[in-house]
Order: sequence, then C-alpha cells, then structure tokens
Amino acid sequence: MSMVPTLLSVEGLSKSYGGVHAVRGVSFELKAGEILALIGPNGAGKSTCFDMLNGQKDPDSGRIKLLGEDTAGRPPRAICRLGVGRTFQITATFPTMTVRENVQVALVSYRGQLFNLWSSTPWFEQGEAGRLLELVGMGGYADRPCGELAYGDLKRLELAVALANQPKLLLMDEPTAGMAPRERIELMRLTARIAREQSIGVLFTEHDMDVVFEHADRILVLNRGSLIAEGSPEQVRGNREVRAVYLGEGLVYDARHRKGLSV
Amino acid sequence: MAFYIVQFLTGLASAASLFLVASGLSIIFGVTRIVNFAHGAFYMLGAYVAFTLTDRFSGALGFWGGIVVAALIIAAVGVLVEMALLRRIYHSPELFQLLATFGLTLMVEDLVVLIWGPSELLGRRAPGFKGAVDFFGQNIPSYDLFLIALGPIVLGILWLLFQRTRWGVLVRAATQDRDMVAALGVNQKWLFTSVFAVGVFLAALGGALQIPRDAVHHAMDLRIIVDVFVVVVIGGLGSIIGAFVAAVLVSELNAFGILIFPKISIILVFLVMAAVLIVRPWGLFGKQEGPARRTPGLTVNPWRTLTSGERLAATAALIIAAALPLFSGNYALTIGSEIAIFVIFAASLHFLMAVGGLASFGHAAYFGLGAYGVAFLAKMAGLPMIVSLLLGPLLGCLGAAVFGFFAVQLSGVYFAMLTLAFAQIVWSIAFQWVTVTGGDNGILGVWPEKWAASPSHFYWLSLGIAALMVVGLRIVVFSPFGFALRATRDSPLRSEAIGIDGKRIQWTAFVIAGTVAGVAGALFAYLKGSVFPDSLGISLSVDALVMVLLGGVETISGAVVGAIVYKALNIWLVSQTDLSKLVLGAFIVLIVVAFPKGIVGMLETIRNRRRSASAKSALLASPIETAE
Amino acid sequence: MQRRHFLGVSLAITLAGMTNTALAQSEIKIGEINSYSLLPAFTEPYRKGWQLAVEEINASGGINGKKLVVVSKDDGGKPADAQTAANELVSSENVAMLAGTFLSNIGLAVSDFANQKKIFFLAAEPLTDAITWAKGNRYTFRLRPSNYMQAAMLAEAAAKLPAKRWATIAPNYEYGQSAVAVFKKLMSEKRPDIQWVDEQWPPFGKIDAGPVVQALAQANPEAILNVTFGADLVKFVREGNTRGLFKDRTVVSFLTGEPEYLDPLKEETPEGWIVTGYPWYSIKTPEHDAFLKAYQAKYNDYPRLGSIVGYQTIKSAAAILAKANSTDPEKLIAATEGLSVASPFGEITFRKIDHQSTLGAFVGKTALKDGKGVMVDAVYKKGSDYLPSDAEVEKLRPKD
Repeated sequence: MSMVPTLLSVEGLSKSYGGVHAVRGVSFELKAGEILALIGPNGAGKSTCFDMLNGQKDPDSGRIKLLGEDTAGRPPRAICRLGVGRTFQITATFPTMTVRENVQVALVSYRGQLFNLWSSTPWFEQGEAGRLLELVGMGGYADRPCGELAYGDLKRLELAVALANQPKLLLMDEPTAGMAPRERIELMRLTARIAREQSIGVLFTEHDMDVVFEHADRILVLNRGSLIAEGSPEQVRGNREVRAVYLGEGLVYDARHRKGLSV
Repeated sequence: MAFYIVQFLTGLASAASLFLVASGLSIIFGVTRIVNFAHGAFYMLGAYVAFTLTDRFSGALGFWGGIVVAALIIAAVGVLVEMALLRRIYHSPELFQLLATFGLTLMVEDLVVLIWGPSELLGRRAPGFKGAVDFFGQNIPSYDLFLIALGPIVLGILWLLFQRTRWGVLVRAATQDRDMVAALGVNQKWLFTSVFAVGVFLAALGGALQIPRDAVHHAMDLRIIVDVFVVVVIGGLGSIIGAFVAAVLVSELNAFGILIFPKISIILVFLVMAAVLIVRPWGLFGKQEGPARRTPGLTVNPWRTLTSGERLAATAALIIAAALPLFSGNYALTIGSEIAIFVIFAASLHFLMAVGGLASFGHAAYFGLGAYGVAFLAKMAGLPMIVSLLLGPLLGCLGAAVFGFFAVQLSGVYFAMLTLAFAQIVWSIAFQWVTVTGGDNGILGVWPEKWAASPSHFYWLSLGIAALMVVGLRIVVFSPFGFALRATRDSPLRSEAIGIDGKRIQWTAFVIAGTVAGVAGALFAYLKGSVFPDSLGISLSVDALVMVLLGGVETISGAVVGAIVYKALNIWLVSQTDLSKLVLGAFIVLIVVAFPKGIVGMLETIRNRRRSASAKSALLASPIETAE
Repeated sequence: MQRRHFLGVSLAITLAGMTNTALAQSEIKIGEINSYSLLPAFTEPYRKGWQLAVEEINASGGINGKKLVVVSKDDGGKPADAQTAANELVSSENVAMLAGTFLSNIGLAVSDFANQKKIFFLAAEPLTDAITWAKGNRYTFRLRPSNYMQAAMLAEAAAKLPAKRWATIAPNYEYGQSAVAVFKKLMSEKRPDIQWVDEQWPPFGKIDAGPVVQALAQANPEAILNVTFGADLVKFVREGNTRGLFKDRTVVSFLTGEPEYLDPLKEETPEGWIVTGYPWYSIKTPEHDAFLKAYQAKYNDYPRLGSIVGYQTIKSAAAILAKANSTDPEKLIAATEGLSVASPFGEITFRKIDHQSTLGAFVGKTALKDGKGVMVDAVYKKGSDYLPSDAEVEKLRPKD
C-alpha cells in the first residue's frame, strides 16, 4: 500500500458558522485509485467539508494537501487545474450547448485555450470529446442539445466533463441523487470502473447506503462535524457508534441482500 | 443652524416623493422580475389625471379625492396592461418585459400631448397646505411637512401589508422563490396582477401628489424614471425599507451637496449608486440574487455555425447591400451608413448580452467614447481620418477596461445599473467639461476626408467595417473564448469547476464589446461630422437594448436584424410623422406580443418546428441508442 | 408645406413623388427642421406661424411667380437626427435652403452640416452665441436675438437697480452657463461694485426646487438672475413663492415674458420680475396688428413668441429667395447679407458682419392680471442696439 501515492491529505479541518461548529478537526487521507465515501446524517457537515475541499469555502483552520500542494483558500478553478474533477448534487452543465460542446469547453480549459479568439470550438478536440463521451456511454448523444437530456444522462455527461482534464481525483457530491435505483447502480459501477482503470481517486458523499457499501473501498462517517468512524464497509457496518448515531436499527442496509429486491 | 434643519427637512420632502414611486417599482421587480420601464409613464399619467380631476372638482374633497381616484384609475390601467400585455411575456427571455414597457412609455409620451396638449399645466395647490410654516426665520412649505409625514406612513402601511396579511406573506414568498409559491397552489397570475396594480398605484399616487408643486408635462416620466431605478438599486432590489433609506440618502446628499458643489445634482445619484454597488454589490438592503431565471424549453437549441447554404445567402445579402449605390440616391446611402453603424453597435451589445449574459444599460458610453476619441484625434491632434478611425475606438476600449472591471463583479440587474451609472458619469463629464468637449454644443467639423466624403464611399466604408465586425464577432462566438463566455453565462458553478476564471472572461468580453461599440461610435462621428453628449446618453443605450431584444436575444444574428429593422423604422417614422413615438411604441408592443422571442427568434422557431416534424419521424425509425 | 400627420397620407405623397418632379419647375422648396415631438409647447405655435407665412406668401403670388413649399421634419430633439433630416431634405427633397431648429446644439449641428454641404441655413430659434460667432460660418444666418443680445438688454435694466448682492440660477448646460457668463460680464462692466454671492445649477428638466430655493435664500442676495425656463421655471417659481424667496428681491429673468413660459405660471406668476418676452396683447403697431389679426383669424388662438419666429423665418426666407431669384447658395448668401425685411416687430436687417438679424425683444416687468401672468411696461429693444462693436465681432467670428 505504501507504494500508492497519497492524493489528498486533510488535517484538522475546521469550520464554524456563527459559533456553530459545522466541521471539527476532520483528518483523513485518500490514495490514488481509492474510492472513499463520506457519509453522515443530515447536517453532519458533509457539504461543508466538501465545499472546503473543492474551494468553495475557506476553512477556519486545518490543512488540505492536494497532490502535494496546500489548497486551502484557493478558488475552485485553481483546484481544478491541479487535476480535480467535480460533479454536483444537482447537475451543473451548459444547457445551451450540445452534449459534445459541453465536453469541448472543458477540454478548451484543460488545454489552456480559453482566450483563443480564433479557432472553431465545434471542431476543437472532437476526437477526445468523442472518446470521453463513449467512456460514459453517451457517444450516441454527442449532437443532442444538452437541455433535452434526461436527468440520468446529464449525470453521465457531467462525469465526462469532470474527466476531461485527466483528473487524479474526482469529487462527487451525491452523485446519484435524484436518480432511479437502477440508474444509481449503473452510474456508480461506471465511475468505479473508470476510477480503477485510470487509477483515479474518488471521494463522494452519498445518502444511498446500497451505493456506499457496494462501491466504497473505505467509508468516513461524520457526525456533528466530527469523524466518528473510518474503515472498510464491514468495519463501519459493525461499528457500534455508527449504528447508534447514524444508521440506527433496521436501517442497516446490506447491499448484497437488498440488491435482488431493488434491481 | 435653523437653515440646516430646514434644508434637511426639504431633503426629506424630496425623498418622500421619490420613495413613493421607487417603492412601487421595487415591489413589482421583487415579485415579477419585470424591469418596469413604464413606471415613469404611470407616474406621469397619475399627475395628468389628478390634474384633470382636481381641476374639475373643487374643494378639499375634490382635491384629495381627485388625487386618490387618479391613482386608482391609473392602477386599473396598470391591471389592464398587465393582463393584456405582460401576462403574455412572463416566459419570454429576461428583459423582454423591459422592451414591452419601453414601447408603452413611448406611446404614453405622445398620447398625453394628444390628450392634454403640449403646454405645461399648473395643478392646484393642496387645500390646507398652501403656505409655509415659519421655523426660526426660515420657511418650510406646509405641503413639504405633509410629504415628510406621508413617506413613513406609506412605508408603515406597506410594512403592515407585507407582514400582516396573507397577500403580503405570499408576495414575500414569491419575492424569494416564485416556483415555491406556484407549488403552494397560489394563483400566480392574480398575485402578479395584484402586485403590479399596487406598484402602479404607488407610482400614480407619487405623480398625483406632485401637482401642487410641480408642472404637469409630457417629459415628467423621463425626469423620474432613471432616478427611481437608481434609488431602488441603491436600496437593494425588492427591499421597501431599502428604497426608503436610499431615497433619503440621495435626497439629503443632493440638498447639502448643492451648497458646496452647485453643479453636483446632475451626477450625484449616479456617483452614489456606483459607490454603493462597488462596496455592496446588492445594494444597501438587498440580498444576493438567485440564479437568473431561465425558462426551460426556450434555450435548448444550441447555436450552430452557418451551413454553406446560409453562408452563401449571407454573402449574397452583403453583395446586394454593397450594390446599393448603383441604384439609389445619396439620402438612402447616408441612411444605409447609419444603419450599418448601428448594426455594429447592436452586435457589440448583443455579444455582451446574448453571449455573455451581461445586459448593459449603459453601452452607449463606449459608443460615445469612440466618437469623442475620433473627435479629439481629428480636431485637436489633427490626425488623418484613417489613423483617427483606428485609434479613436481605443478610448472606448479604455473606458470598457476600467468600468468593465468593476461591472463584471456584479450580475443581473445590478450589473445593468452599474453600467448605467458609469455611462451617466461619462455623459455628465462630456456634458459639463465645456472647455474640452464643448459641453452639449458638442465638437463640430469632424467630417470625413475627401476619399470617404461622398455618400457612396462612406457607405461602402461603413458597410465593410460592419461586415468585418459582425463576422469577427461571430468568429469569436464560436471560438474557445466564446464558448468559455457562454459557459460562464450558462453555469458559473460548472465553468468555475472546469477551471474557467469567469470574471476575467467576462471582463475580456466587456472590453471586446466596448471596443467594437467604439468602432461604431468612431464611424458615427464621421458620418455626422460632429459629436454630442447624446452619443453617450441613456436613450442611445436603450435604443441598443431594443435592437438586440427586437432581433432576438437568444439568436446570433438577432442584433443585425434588430438594428436594421429598428433603425430603418425609426428614421422613417421620424421623417414621416410627429407622432413617431406613438407609432414606434405601438410597433414594439405588437412585436413583443406577436414575436415573444424577437424577430429572428420567431423565424428560428418556425424553422425548427418544421425540422422537428421531419426529424421526429427519423428518430422513430432508428432505434434510440441507450447509454448501456 | 403640408405637415403630414398620417402615414397613409405620407405614403400617398411618396407614391405621388413622380409627379413632384414635374411640379418642381413651378415651385420652390424650403426644408424646415424643428423639435416638434420633444418640445411641442414651443414648436406648435412656431409651426402655426410659418404656416401662416406660407399661406400669405402664396396668396400674394409666391416667390417670383413660383409656389413656396415648406417640407418640415421633426428632429426629436437629437442633433444626430436633425442631421439625418437635413440630409433627407437636401438629398431627397432638393430644397433650396434649410431653416428652423430650436435647441442650440441642434442649430449648431445643422449649421455645421450646412457649412460642409454648402447649403444655405437660416437658424430660427437657437440662442447660442456660437452659431454666429465662435462657430459661425458663411452659410448660416440666425433670426432670433441671441443669448448675448438678451443678456445685454437685461443687464441694461439690471444695472439700474440698487442691488449689489446677486445670485444666479441657471440650467446646467451650455445655454444656462453662457447666459450667466455673459450677464455677469456685462453687469460687472457697468457695476464693478456688484458681488456674486451664490450660484445654483440644477440639471435641465430635473430641478429639485426645494433645496435650491432654500440655498439661494440662505445666501441672502438682493437680486437674482434666473435662466431656468419651462417646467423647471414653474417648479422654481412655485417653491420660491411658498418659501418667500422673491419677497423684497428683484429677479431678472431670461425669456420669462414669452407667453410660452409665462402662461403656464397662471395665478402663481411672480410680480415685478424684469424679463425679456413678447407681450402680444400690448403691442400697438400696424405691422403687429396685421400679423395678430391674421393669426387669430386663422387659428382662433393668440400667438406665442414661437409664432413670431416661425412666421418671420419663412417671411425672411421668402424675401431672400425673391431677392436672389435663384437657389444657388452663394447667391442666397449675397442676397441675405445686409438684407432688410419687414417683420411684425418692424424692419429687421441681416447683418453682413456676423449673419445675425437685428430682430429685437421686449423688456418689461411681470404682473398678475385676472389670475394670469402678463408683461407690463414693455419696451421693444432693437437688436442692433445690443450687439458688440464690429471690431469685437470680427475678433469673435472666424474668417470665412
């Protein structure tokens, strides 16, 4: 394990709003190719934690080391340029462009061509854009207006866009929110496959425990801003404190048992 | 000391009048998101109707009754307007309502002259408030005291209305989230109508209450509308208390400002607004606006480059346009040049508005700066025409670089109002700095050199540059930069996440648009042989907005078509009738109702409808590829 | 000459354009431009004035036997639009000369256009001194007494007042600024003992009268020079009346005696202001009687100053065209320089030296009569008596 480089290391991350500690001294690490889930009940501090990691909020204290650089306080675009791909709880895409153009814009940014006033974007990196769309199974939709896509397809498109800058790390906020159960599993399988193939680290928050327990290599459990447990799905499932504060009785999902029912 | 107290009270009285009108505008904007340009027109109508009623019915009852009835009558007119016109266009692109209300304003300006005659009318003084009260040797008009009391009373009533009634709760909820209110099962239509009625009532009441101290005339609307917008923005859109505080702030600064700088009034409100917006981007009491409203289903057709057939058609159109000198006279050619110049101007604003999502209300600033740039270079430095034409627009570029930097930090209506403030500041410099700019008498004698002097040569020059600029902007639209700009407009969140520095992109777009507008202004200076502060004025900025909206803000070629149609129609109407505003206003209103996506937007919809009819069958024939 | 209100009519006229060419031999066209839609209060009476003149001229045989036609255009109050209109008149309508305009900047714009295109231009109403002096050109003449002339007329009366402490209020644009500057200069020459204690510059059309009046009162002047007009004047007067600003103070005021500005004040007209204007009700000369009778007979309304200006513009233009017996601009200039024409105010002359006419104005005092403002003790001041010496004028005006 020690040969695998550490992508992200977080130390003592804290943030409070008007005296309320949203996040308190959270520390963890994420290695390349690892899929890490961040879970916790509503208000546990997942979103705040996430926003600090991707640059939307500045931490009060603590360190975020991303690919060897301290990123606390940097804007999201700077973090993106370090090699981080991002998806949102509610998809954020460019509705007035075609599916391919959505990916092309990301490629434009990745190639440092943002202030190029001359080239024709519709011809820009068509091959690479097509490859990324194929990767997420959207190859046939390339010329469709993005605004016409179904929600599940938007999620896939977002994944393709997030992959355009050859990220080392994917930050996915509730990647399967708002999707039908079958779509959820498909999307996460796809994500996991890509992550393993390209050795990308994935950090995601999630409400659906089926998704979490099936795909996460490791799970972090937040409660009231603090980490209360960390470990493999089995370890977390067996953790008494987690059961008490979060999962509760009867809410312990066993993905393997449930799978047959929900699919 | 007594003087300063009286001056303060006088300022409060001015503030009260301003607040009445501003609060109405703020309420309307807060709920319906309509930038109601016609608010000044309703204010003016309130004054006219109140004049007629108070003139007709004598006594205290006749006066006060007349004031209230006038406001009610105009509120009823407002309801009609809302139901017949605005309801049809709530789902149009943002600012389209501005176009509709602008058309109404034009109509009203001519209508009041037709109904009430051209002269200023002197309304009755208010019974019981005719004289002045002595305050340590200083006189305070008792009517001022009445207004000073009225301001907080209206504020209080509005507060009760919003806090203590079901209607008020709904309005406040709608101000924050309109979809939520719709989901609650509230009849949104009637909520909007009632809000519009209340807003118009306040405007008309504000106008009616002016008759004891003002002259009722047909330019009252313009006198107030911009100031009221400024007050609403300083206070924070949708905030009634903000409007009140801002009205007091602006009025008091003016009342005391003129003691030190007697010439300050002309620019004061804009200086205050610029300062407030730079420090507090959402006004004193405003909250950050939610993401701009996008109507689903409207923007799903992505822009595409021209097909070879369309390219051929565009080239053919250009060749035909270039052949104009072969079969038409000098007048038509000069008009042609003017239209070509406005095509450039409209295209530059369109680039900012449609591609960048930044609707500037002060785009004329850069047009005018380009024009003044040319005038300075040609008249003062004596440079040849070619050099002036090339360098003149740099003044527009420079202005855009400076103002754009601050403006792009904001968005939506706040962006629009900050650009307006900057434009007004530039305008007043041109207007006041007589030794350099000649003031409103302008700079004369900026005529083209011999090689470009004949109408046909100048026409070809203008047409050539217009073609160059339009093609150039089109290339930029489809360039990586253009896509980055659209990305920033479509989703700031996503564009930031893929590494785009949205502010820098928007700033660059602002500079590009300002420079191109400067090119238009430079040509305009040579076309007219002179430059006046008008070239920087609000009405020119509004003209540009109208051209873009008329053509269709969601299309790429809308600006070109909008500029040609609007400018040609405008010139023709002004030449043919004194009632050009009435006819033009009616035309705009008709266009808005008939083509809610603009002229080109409408054509595209028709074409897409045809195409999708054939595409649907094709789709059904081929198996849909799934993501599996 | 027909003012076209309706598009249908105008369309018909445009379609009938072919027949116009045939008529062109037997008619002479004057192109007229004014701010009809922006300033109807002033331009409506003006239009009536020139329409009356056209009627009279054609009734008495036209210009050397040719029918006079005035093609009139609106400029919307914008210099750029005025130039478009001028261009149309010259290029499409082939008018022999341009005439009209009200606002100074529009007058200057059209004057510059005339100079560039070598077209004769008779400016009717713009007041700015620049149009005949600093920015004067050989193609432009001006009818109405200039800013300088009106200031000189008022300064003559004002200098006789005992007042030493003066304050000024003027709209904040070129007209207001130069009116104040000229008045101050002329007054200081006559009365070195005068102090200027305050000046107020409300934006044109947007006066916030309360604070302005209060500020003026605080400076405690003995006399006030007013240059505001129109809606600003109404507001200023009402606020001044209420706050007692005009009590025991003399006010000297530009243009306020013109019916256009005086009539809207109705019962609030302040008394005893020294003003320039046009007391049509008290002028008893045969020339004016004839004009008044004809005007009232045709319109059943009384004339404003604009009516005089409109009437005299076309009368002068007709005299110029008749004398030149040509439409060649050079011949028109030659005919106009030094030309004397009859006017309702008596004979006037277009000076060769600066192309200014010697039309004068009435100076008198305001008074309230039957709830209406009137001018009393009005005396006609000939324009020729209020212009600087020829040597000074030559310094002011660029050589052609």
